[in-house]
Amino acid sequence: MTNGFDEAINDIDVAPGDEHADGGGVAQRVVGYLTGLGLAILLTATSFFVAGTDLVWQPSIPVALVVLAIAQMGVHLVFFLHITTGPDNTNNVLALAFGVLIVILLMGGSLWIMANLNHNMMPMDQIMQMQR
Amino acid sequence: MLGKLTWDAIPFDQPIPMIASGVVALAILAILGWVVIKGYLPYLWREWITSVDHKRIGVMYTLLAMVMLLRGFADAIMMRLQQSLAFHSPGFLPPEHYNQIFSAHGTIMIFFVAMPFMIGLMNFIVPLQLGVRDVAFPTLNSVGFWLTATGALLINISLIVGEFARTGWLPYPPLSELAYSPGVGVDYYLWSLEISGVGTLVAGINLVTTVLKIRTRGMSYLRMPMFCWTTLATNLLIVAAFPILTATLAMLLLDRYLGFHFFTNEGGGNVMMFMNLIWAWGHPEVYILVLPAFGIFSEVISTFSGKPLFGYRSMVAATMAICILSFMVWLHHFFTMGAGADVNAIFGIATMIIAVPTGVKVFNWLFTMYGGKVRFQTPLLWSIGFMVTFIIGGVTGVLMAVPPVAFVLHNSLFLVAHFHNVIIGGVLFGAFAGYTYWFPKAFGFKLHEGLGRAAFWCWLVGFYVAFMPLYVLGLLGMTRRMQHYDVPQWHPWLIVAACGAVLIMCGIAFQIAQLVVSVRQRAQLRDETGDPWDGRSLEWATASPPPAFNFAVLPRVSGEDAYWKFKHRATGQSRLDEEPAYRNIEIPRNSATGFVCAFFATMMGFALVWHIWWMVAAGAIGAFATFIVFAWRDHDEDVIPALEVARIDRSNWAQRSAILGKEAAE
Repeated sequence: MTNGFDEAINDIDVAPGDEHADGGGVAQRVVGYLTGLGLAILLTATSFFVAGTDLVWQPSIPVALVVLAIAQMGVHLVFFLHITTGPDNTNNVLALAFGVLIVILLMGGSLWIMANLNHNMMPMDQIMQMQR
Repeated sequence: MLGKLTWDAIPFDQPIPMIASGVVALAILAILGWVVIKGYLPYLWREWITSVDHKRIGVMYTLLAMVMLLRGFADAIMMRLQQSLAFHSPGFLPPEHYNQIFSAHGTIMIFFVAMPFMIGLMNFIVPLQLGVRDVAFPTLNSVGFWLTATGALLINISLIVGEFARTGWLPYPPLSELAYSPGVGVDYYLWSLEISGVGTLVAGINLVTTVLKIRTRGMSYLRMPMFCWTTLATNLLIVAAFPILTATLAMLLLDRYLGFHFFTNEGGGNVMMFMNLIWAWGHPEVYILVLPAFGIFSEVISTFSGKPLFGYRSMVAATMAICILSFMVWLHHFFTMGAGADVNAIFGIATMIIAVPTGVKVFNWLFTMYGGKVRFQTPLLWSIGFMVTFIIGGVTGVLMAVPPVAFVLHNSLFLVAHFHNVIIGGVLFGAFAGYTYWFPKAFGFKLHEGLGRAAFWCWLVGFYVAFMPLYVLGLLGMTRRMQHYDVPQWHPWLIVAACGAVLIMCGIAFQIAQLVVSVRQRAQLRDETGDPWDGRSLEWATASPPPAFNFAVLPRVSGEDAYWKFKHRATGQSRLDEEPAYRNIEIPRNSATGFVCAFFATMMGFALVWHIWWMVAAGAIGAFATFIVFAWRDHDEDVIPALEVARIDRSNWAQRSAILGKEAAE
């Protein structure tokens, strides 16, 4: 996580997720976006197809949809948000990890808390019986 | 044409809000008139309102916070007087007015005092400490400030046009739903926080990007001053938590405006989900406020002890640990809502764990002072006052983290005493320490020391006199937000608490006097060198007030306490470094985007509160058009020529050389 002078100067006008000016020509970048678009469309179409098909074992369909959704996220991260494993990408990867952690904490925590509350809330007629 | 807005909205029959808003309106008119007559308007517009300079925006944030502190404190002292009078009597505030006052007090103090104070200090200092010329997105910074000001303005408009929420500072449903709060009060609350919430989020994104991407040469993460670290942690929390607030309030808005059923009693709504979501924002919010204060104390204690911060790395680790842990404890705000013992136990334990990194910090500050040449000036007094007070507040907090204890004490004045103990003792004392410490950097002269001490002692003693009785009252069973009561044992304690509030008022009076006296005596209090406190970090390496470009040449950092090292090299050689080669400096161009955007946002917010739909459309179109105009501009930077840079920098250089020569001669 060094940030020497040279790197600072190069990075200073680059927003997170921007490509460096020297990172290939326009054509190359357009190809990248088109590949991403193609993969995203393919994954979306597959999801719709899987949801309605009877070619696969029915209980596996939700799992398949989850897998396709995660793959879709991966495609977006790589081709549109340009998350890579490169050394200049540490901040982006850390930000992503932080975001994922918070979302997991918040959603997991909320589901757990609300389920617990629900469980502890007796139906009204039982409460009435207790008060009798 | 005007939706729900009629003449009935103005409370002509209630003297208190009429007189209060009359005085405020007169004050505003007087200031405006003075500005116009003196011909300061163009200056104000050019140098402040349209400024995108992070220093100017930081000062404006802080000023907003201080003005709002007066409003919030006026609410506070009215409540204390009411409760000291309302034994077997109705007091002087009718219930519906009293309920608005405690709601407005909490909302204003958190969102429009504590938040802008901290964001203002971060805005002003962080780029200077990082040794750079501006934040990452200067115009966005201005937009963020003006949207925050919009929120503050809307809340204050509710004093005279309509009413404010009577729900408390967090509008718990079902009380805040349309069925039980049919008036515009909750709408004022919601729209003002939706708009200022966008401003806060924007400021958070801006400061995270600044710390991560824009640092001077050699300023690696582990060489950053502590305040920059706490800024990073705070703003990460803002970016993660504020969208939760915005979304939760948006759901309540949908319930109120479009008949949705997120939090209603009927139609499948779930009021508990509101508590869950609002505290998932609310607990990180507590750390959003207090982490910058921790950073300020770290800077102040190390400077006034003449020593590097003890345990710098453990301090960084503790800050980042708090940043993560603060997202794992939110259920402790609603232990009594009905969760089972296992859920309560786990959140209780998580809450106690968060006291560990905080304890690490307190010990680090104590060890920083230990063996140092401690100078007991006002910023350090605030810091010591903080340590003593905050520890008491922290201990009562850990006490209430025990779920059975929370069942006894929840919703009582014990809780009220606890959170004022940490927010006044932690956040506000931190803000005042930072204000006194960095004032000379912002304006070029120090604040008056004697009056500062007087203000500190009034605040400290006043705080204890006002809030220690509330702990007792909580244990005596008094619940919060009571308009009147008939328990004779409570009465004496409430009179003591009101006396405490009067002492705090003296503290505020001394602070106002301090500002006035310091401005008048600025010639004697002048800071010639830009380093009035023998500082250690880079903000002291430039002139006071800093030039628009902060540093003529970006400094090269070779370790922690960067400026301390520069100074020692210079004293060792008995001269400053050679004059650098000056170059042209590009600085971002002023922009009215923020101000115009906020103008339309205010219009839209007001129209939404009163259901004036044509005005909503006009405001939305105006704000969007402002954005389009900004996006299409192609000349966005001005150049300061090298000669001008040299001229400005040389005068500071000469003053520093003169001081150095004097020291060498001694």
